[in-house]
Amino acid sequence: MSETGGVPEIVPEFVLPPPTGAYRRLNPTTKLLIALAEALIAFGVRGWSGPVVVLAIVLASGARAGVGARLVPFLLATIPLVASILLVNTFLYPGATDRIFVLGPLAPTWTGLVFAGQATLRVIAFAMSAAVLGLTTGPDELVADLERRGMGRRTAFVLSATVRSVPRVLERVREITEAQRARGLDTEGRIWRRVRGLVPLAGPLLFGALTDVEEQTMALEARGFSAPARRAVIRTFPDSTPQRALRLLLAAGTPLVLLVSVIGMLGFLP
Amino acid sequence: MSLSLRSVTYRYAGSSRRVLRSLDLSIERGEVLGVVGANDAGKSTLCLVAAGLAPTTIGGRLDGEVAIDGAPSAGARPHELAQRCGVLFQNPVTQLSGTTATVWEEIAFGPRNLGLALEAIVERVAWALSLLNIDVLAPRDPARLSGGQAQLVALASVLALRPAYLVLDEPTSQLDPQGTQLAGEAFARLTRSGEVGILLVEHKTDLLERLADRVAVLAEGELVAVGPAAGVLADERLEAWGVDPPARVRLARAAERAGVQLPVSAA
Repeated sequence: MSETGGVPEIVPEFVLPPPTGAYRRLNPTTKLLIALAEALIAFGVRGWSGPVVVLAIVLASGARAGVGARLVPFLLATIPLVASILLVNTFLYPGATDRIFVLGPLAPTWTGLVFAGQATLRVIAFAMSAAVLGLTTGPDELVADLERRGMGRRTAFVLSATVRSVPRVLERVREITEAQRARGLDTEGRIWRRVRGLVPLAGPLLFGALTDVEEQTMALEARGFSAPARRAVIRTFPDSTPQRALRLLLAAGTPLVLLVSVIGMLGFLP
Repeated sequence: MSLSLRSVTYRYAGSSRRVLRSLDLSIERGEVLGVVGANDAGKSTLCLVAAGLAPTTIGGRLDGEVAIDGAPSAGARPHELAQRCGVLFQNPVTQLSGTTATVWEEIAFGPRNLGLALEAIVERVAWALSLLNIDVLAPRDPARLSGGQAQLVALASVLALRPAYLVLDEPTSQLDPQGTQLAGEAFARLTRSGEVGILLVEHKTDLLERLADRVAVLAEGELVAVGPAAGVLADERLEAWGVDPPARVRLARAAERAGVQLPVSAA
């Protein structure tokens, strides 16, 4: 495995444009393990410490990778979930009696607010972690590296095709929506109207997807997908001894941290 | 050396209807056989059967024999068939793997599946790109190509498997005029290379007139005419079989009805 990664000399250079920036240059599998560890610790370590530490690391990584500003849309996307977490837990936390104030039937509690605050931080830390991974690592890069490490061809294909099919599905939704609108379907306005408008979209979307899958299956067979041979590696990615050590540390250390947290040995942390 | 169908009858799985009936056809290497017919005549089914995908991949019942250069397709595994006979469908989007970042890697997808060495993969990709004159597309993202470009990339991806025969199922039906022109030029280049035998199902008889050596007409699963392209495409019965004659033939007939003498070049 090359320390710098790349493609063999006989393969055109554009197949793997050199990554730029310190964080981006990390091996895709290293970045995946970092994101997984961050998510597990954010959700698995009790109290404020887990999500706060993870969020700090994620934001620092994002800034180092030069994607800080691009995290904002992902942060905004968490607002509906975060708002519901805050409202439900602050006002309806079961068994909490330490009321902040009472206003008619509304009685928010400090216990609920603290729990909601921690849950909010966990969600944001997870979202930011996934966003940093997504913004610094192409899905095809990640899959190519995992395949090189021995992941099965079919698993690699399913993973990669799933990620790359998202824009195509969204495009199809847009086309069907426009076609249905052209025939008088109301897909805007009040929520119940929008929900009702989804029903006529589901059929064409589902049947269209099934037809595509059938044709794609045949096209794959026609390209030798089921051949039992081992595929030649085209792309390799930067790797190094420190990164290998980091991956080992993450793989072994994350479950250990979770275990220590679960049995209460991190009780001294806020 | 030919792709041959002998007394081929085919039924889809779960259906008793014979979609193809007692077909006898053969395509020589270096030859283009055009296939026309009305909707539901069995053209796409013929493509699946000729390429070996039916019944190998999609099931159904096949009577008769399909053989490629003398070797029966029955019993062959899909990846073995892929190297003998490539197939290109109507929709360029569904034929791309959807897993690659560049056109170069998309074309390399098939040869990689076969377990070829990197040197051979690189050589085949370069050959396919060059044959279709699409070298400039190599660094592009396959998901961001026009319909015509995507169809050419799909064709190059099939060609990279070096099949002796190609089955093209209405490859221009979802393309705009510019895309059709691009694809038509690529098919012409391919036929001039003389390296592969091509079965080309196509509604656009103008395109067939330019490309095909012979044309076969399918009607309700039966072969009702087969012969040199010029003769079959000028057959008086073509419209009754649900096929529009080429513009040249329609023009000549209109001129004849109107008593107008056309210049030799137009007729």
